[in-house]
Amino acid sequence: MNAPLIRLNGITKKYGVGDAAFQALRGIDLTIARGDFVAVMGPSGSGKSTLMNLLGCLDTPTTGQYLYEDIAVEQLNADQRSLLRRHALGFIFQGFNLLARTSALENVELPMVYRNIPRQERHRLAKDALATVGLADKFANTPAELSGGQQQRVAIARAIVTSPSTLFADEPTGNLDSKTTIEIMEFLVRLNAERGITILLVTHEDDVAAYARRTILVRDGLIATDHAKP
Amino acid sequence: MIGNAFHIALREIRRNVMRAFLTVLGVIIGVAAVITMVTLGQGTTQAVKNQISSLGSNLVMLRPGMGFGPRSSSAGVPNFTVADVTALRDQIHGIAAIVPVSSTSLSTIYRQNARSTSITGTAPAYFGINNWKLARGRLFDETDLRDGSAVCVIGDTTKTELFGTEDPLGKLIRIGKTASSSSSSTTTTKETPYSSTFQVIGVLAAKGQSGMGNQDDTIIVPLSALQHRLTGRTSARNISQIALSAEEGANSERLVADITSLMRSRRNLHANEDNNFNVFDTRQIAETLSASTKMMTTLLAAVAGVSLLVGGIGIMNIMLVSVTERTREIGIRLAIGARAREVLLQFLVEAITLSCVGGLVGILLAFGLCVLLARLIDVPFLFDPKINLIAFFFSAAIGVLFGFTPARRAARLDPIEALRHE
Ligand SMILES: Nc1ncnc2c1ncn2[C@@H]1O[C@H](COP(=O)(O)OP(=O)(O)O)[C@@H](O)[C@H]1O
Ligand SMILES: [Mg+2]
Repeated sequence: MNAPLIRLNGITKKYGVGDAAFQALRGIDLTIARGDFVAVMGPSGSGKSTLMNLLGCLDTPTTGQYLYEDIAVEQLNADQRSLLRRHALGFIFQGFNLLARTSALENVELPMVYRNIPRQERHRLAKDALATVGLADKFANTPAELSGGQQQRVAIARAIVTSPSTLFADEPTGNLDSKTTIEIMEFLVRLNAERGITILLVTHEDDVAAYARRTILVRDGLIATDHAKP
Repeated sequence: MIGNAFHIALREIRRNVMRAFLTVLGVIIGVAAVITMVTLGQGTTQAVKNQISSLGSNLVMLRPGMGFGPRSSSAGVPNFTVADVTALRDQIHGIAAIVPVSSTSLSTIYRQNARSTSITGTAPAYFGINNWKLARGRLFDETDLRDGSAVCVIGDTTKTELFGTEDPLGKLIRIGKTASSSSSSTTTTKETPYSSTFQVIGVLAAKGQSGMGNQDDTIIVPLSALQHRLTGRTSARNISQIALSAEEGANSERLVADITSLMRSRRNLHANEDNNFNVFDTRQIAETLSASTKMMTTLLAAVAGVSLLVGGIGIMNIMLVSVTERTREIGIRLAIGARAREVLLQFLVEAITLSCVGGLVGILLAFGLCVLLARLIDVPFLFDPKINLIAFFFSAAIGVLFGFTPARRAARLDPIEALRHE
């Protein structure tokens, strides 16, 4: 691989101020190559989500530098980070986070609304994305009418419909049974392999981490170990 | 982006129609109240103007009496004379026409029909001054006045009461002192020493019922005929009223002042004495009345405007609840790349859409109310597009004003915390 996609340099994150302050990240140096599939593991409260939120440009570090491609993310304001997320990043969450009482199709169309993609085009792309995740027959269903695994697949369709360069997944299988977990993970592997989407995944299950090419262990706000598969 | 925000807003409203309705109920009522108040107020003003102008638009009347209203008194106050009329005509500028008026109530008989009617003796110009239109026949003229002809012009009500469906033109009616058989039913009728027969030469067009009583129950005769044939010329001071019309464009305040000062000197009033006559200027009365109905309208509209404002607070209230309820949705939108301003716009457009829909419903409601109430209180329904537009834009402004706080709260949410919100 050529230039890395992501470079973190001395990233720290402190929540709160004064006596109540909590140092969630204590100095993270990390480089992630384009097209990699990275699992972030670690005990609860170790700072995995904090790190993911920073990487996903949902939050800003207290100190340190973050280069996404050649953009200095720590210097962007909230609106600029919104635009970066809109154009380059995709997210899936443990709780799926679909719009309630809204059809699968409309949920998948949502990111394209903010990209000002015309309605017809939006429909077509959303249907394609839903077909890709195997939900071609569930366009009209609302989240309440879908199983957990199906909801997460709608969420994946929503994340990939804009062809992001990086997909962030914070415990995407945390609410799913083991069979569905395998389905979702195999799908993510395919996305990574076939579309070259860089995937960053938080999990505390070794089975899930096993799908990744590289595993980072976070402990007490620091990277404890960093293993890549040969 | 606005189109999209509008789309989302409509979907949100459709998703919970009942709640949207309750949210904008205040705006609906406020808009309907403002429009109804203003429209009915304008109708009332118009009705008042119509009534006054039926009297004669630039009519000035002089009547003997002290003071106005309930404390007024005409007992012991001298009447006017024909010489007063001549003096006014000759000495005051701005008078187009002036006539003496002597009125009394007498019994009138046509065949079996007997009743008490107001009899007015005056000059031909009286009809023009008082805005009377002729329906049939002719009015009496200067010759009739000079000769004291026994002719009369009758009002529409008098015609119906005395003649029913019969043609009154050319018929003779008996006016004045009557046989005792009819006097029982006409207790207020003055017993005069004379009675005479008058020929009906004209019928007046109906003015309709006005606030001043039924003007159409009247018989108008030449003043000389009244004096010679009915009341008798008891003294020179037998003119109970002077009616005049101001010239077009005359300053009516100045005219009233001039008339007052001339009449004071003719009636030998000292500087420290009050007037013993009143001068009514219909134009002034009309202006005063329409000014007061306008003020009333403004006041009522202002009260209604407050309810519109309260309606806006209702929108703000529900929108704030909505922002809290939809925190997670806002988090999702922010995470997938919505900017703060886009979230702001979405909620603002939603509030404005709500309040505009409320405004439209209010306008429809007001239309119905106005049609109904105008009929009920008997005023003309004058649809005023201006007040409808104003009320609509006001409701849109309410949406902006009261939608802004909730929208800004939504836009300021932190994506991570919003996503964590349960
Ligand atoms: N917004 C916040 N304010 C204060 N403390 C926080 C906040 N978010 C996370 N933390 C704390 O930071 C630490 C790391 O949290 P997190 O990154 O969510 O851990 P993980 O995802 O590894 O379980 C935890 O101790 C948590 O309590
Ligand atoms: Mg976590």
